[in-house]
Amino acid sequence: MLSLNENDTLDENEIGEVEPLIAEIDEAVDAPDRMRPAIEFRDVYLSFDDKVILDGVSFTVKKGQTKIVLGRSGSGKSTIIRMILGLLKPDAGQILVDGEEITGYSEPDMMSVRQKIGMVFQEGALFDSLPVYDNVAYRLIEQGVPEDEVDIEVKRMLRFVDLEEAIEKMPSELSGGMRRRVGIARALVGDPQIVLFDEPTAGLDPPTARTICELAIKLRDLQDVSSIFVTHEMNNLRYLSSEYATVNDEGQVVYEKEGEKLCLINTEIMMIRDGEIIFSGKDEELQRNKDPYIRRFIHGT
Amino acid sequence: MHSLLRFLSELQDVSLLLWQAFLSLWSKPRYLGETIRQMDYVGVGSLPIVLLTGFFTGAVLLLQTFETFQYYSMQNESGRLVATSLIRELGPVLSALMVSGRIGSAIAAELGSMVVSQQIDAMRALGTDPIRKLVVPRIVALVVMLPLLTVAADIFGLIGGGVVASFMYNQETSVYTYSVRTGISTSDLLGGIIKPIFFGLIIGSIACHKGLNTSGGTVGVGRSVTNAVVISSIWVIIFDFFLSKLLQYILDIGRL
Ligand SMILES: Nc1ncnc2c1ncn2[C@@H]1O[C@H](COP(=O)(O)OP(=O)(O)OP(=O)(O)O)[C@@H](O)[C@H]1O
Ligand SMILES: [Mg+2]
Repeated sequence: MLSLNENDTLDENEIGEVEPLIAEIDEAVDAPDRMRPAIEFRDVYLSFDDKVILDGVSFTVKKGQTKIVLGRSGSGKSTIIRMILGLLKPDAGQILVDGEEITGYSEPDMMSVRQKIGMVFQEGALFDSLPVYDNVAYRLIEQGVPEDEVDIEVKRMLRFVDLEEAIEKMPSELSGGMRRRVGIARALVGDPQIVLFDEPTAGLDPPTARTICELAIKLRDLQDVSSIFVTHEMNNLRYLSSEYATVNDEGQVVYEKEGEKLCLINTEIMMIRDGEIIFSGKDEELQRNKDPYIRRFIHGT
Repeated sequence: MHSLLRFLSELQDVSLLLWQAFLSLWSKPRYLGETIRQMDYVGVGSLPIVLLTGFFTGAVLLLQTFETFQYYSMQNESGRLVATSLIRELGPVLSALMVSGRIGSAIAAELGSMVVSQQIDAMRALGTDPIRKLVVPRIVALVVMLPLLTVAADIFGLIGGGVVASFMYNQETSVYTYSVRTGISTSDLLGGIIKPIFFGLIIGSIACHKGLNTSGGTVGVGRSVTNAVVISSIWVIIFDFFLSKLLQYILDIGRL
C-alpha cells in the first residue's frame, strides 16, 4: 500500500481527529472491513509480582500494516506478543484481535483466535521430539487437513525459507539460524492473517536476515498480512520501512525502494521503554526525533 | 500457616488439572496415537524393573519369615504370608514407587523442558491444548498400565517366594502353591487392582502438574523432577493407608 507523503504525519494520538480522513482514503482504495484493526491494545497493564512490565500500553495495528517494535532488552516486547496470543493475560485493559476482545477469553475460546495468528518465537521453540516436517506440518495435522495437502504445503513453506533439504532432520541437528527459519515456516503454514515476529533475525548472517525481512515485506505488500515485527537490528528497520514488494511484468516479486514522492504508509514504528510507549510513528519521524534516548537507540550516539 | 496455604493451593491446582483432563476425555480432539505410545513406554518399558522388584520382594519375604513360621511349626503356611502381603500391599505400592521413579520423573522432565524452551507456549499458539495432547495420554497410560504392571509384579513375587521355599528350604512346590491359593481371596485380588488405579492417577497428575509449572530454566526442570518423584511417592504411601482402610470396609478385606 503506497500513498502520498501528506499522510505520513498520522499519529496514534491524533487518530480521533483524523479518523474521517483515513476513512475516506481507505474507502477509496479498499474494502470497508479494513477499518477494523487487526490488533488493538487499550491501556494495557501488567506486572509480575511487584514489577511493572507494561504500564498503560495502547496501540493499533491496522489490516495489512506492519508494526515494528523497538526497545531495550527486557522492555516488554515479547510480553506484548505473548499477550496477543492469550498466553498471558493483562492485569487491566483490553486487547482486541481482529475486532474480538480476547481479554476475558478462556483457553478453548482462544483456540479459534489463535488459528488466525502465526507466531515466530524468539528462541524458535521447535518441538524437539518431532522432525522438521512434523514441526512445520503441526498446525495442519492438528486441523485434520488431508495428508497429501499437508505434504504440498509443507514443501512449499520449506522452499520459502530455503530449507527443503532439512525436511527429515530433527531440530537438534539444525543450526540456530536453520531452527529460526523452520520456526518461520511453521508460523506461516496455513496463511495466517496476522503474523507476530519476535526478533526473527537475531543472530543470523546478513543475507539470511535480509531474506527474512523480504519475506515480511512480501507478506505485507502482496498477501495483505498484518504483522508485528520485534527487532533490535537497524537494517531490518531500514528494509521494512523503506522497501516494498511488487510483482514485475515477468511475474516475479521484486523489492523497490520508496522514492522521493512515495512513502510507505503501511509500516509504523513503535518504541517501548520501561513498559511505556515512548515513540510511535513513521521512520522519517523516528530519524528526526530529538529525544536523547531515542537518538542513542537509533544512531548509537 | 504459609506452607499450609501453599499446600492447599497446590492441591487445588492438581485437582483442577485432573478435572480438566477428565473433562477433555469426553470431547474431541483425542490423541489416541500418543496415548498408545505412552502406554507402550509406561507399560512395556517399566516391565523389567517392576518384575525384578516383584520377584525379589517375594523372595525376601519368604526368606525373612520362613524360620519364624518353622519355629511355630507352621512352615506349610508360609506361602500365605507372601501372597497376602504381596497382593494387598507390596505389589501395588512397590510397583507404584518404581513407576513413580521411572515414569513420574520422565513426565516431569519432558513437560518441564518443554515449558522452559517455550514449546508448550508454541503448542498453545498453534491451537493445541497441552492438557489434551500431553496430560491426558500420560495419565490414561498410567491408569491403565499400572494395574497390569502390579499384577505382573505380584505373579513374579509369588514365583520368587516359591523359588526360595523350594531351593533354600526344600519345601514341596505343591505345599507352597496350596498355601498361596488358600491365602488369596477375591477381595484381595480386587483391592490389589483398585489401588494401582488410584496410584496411577496420583503419579500422573502430580508429575504433569510439576512439569507444566516448571519455572527457572534447566535448574527448574531438575527441581520439578525431584518434586514430582518425592511428592508422588509420599502421596502413594499416605494414600495407600486410607485406601486400604476404605477397601477393608467396602470389600471386607483383612478379616480372617
Ligand atoms: N514469567 C516471568 N516472571 C517474572 N518476570 C518476567 C516473566 N517474564 C518476563 N518477565 C520480565 O518482564 C520483562 C519483559 O520481558 P520481555 O521478555 O517482554 O522482554 P523483551 O523486551 O522481549 O526483551 P528481549 O529483547 O531481551 O527479548 C523483563 O524485565 C522480564 O524480567
Ligand atoms: Mg523478547
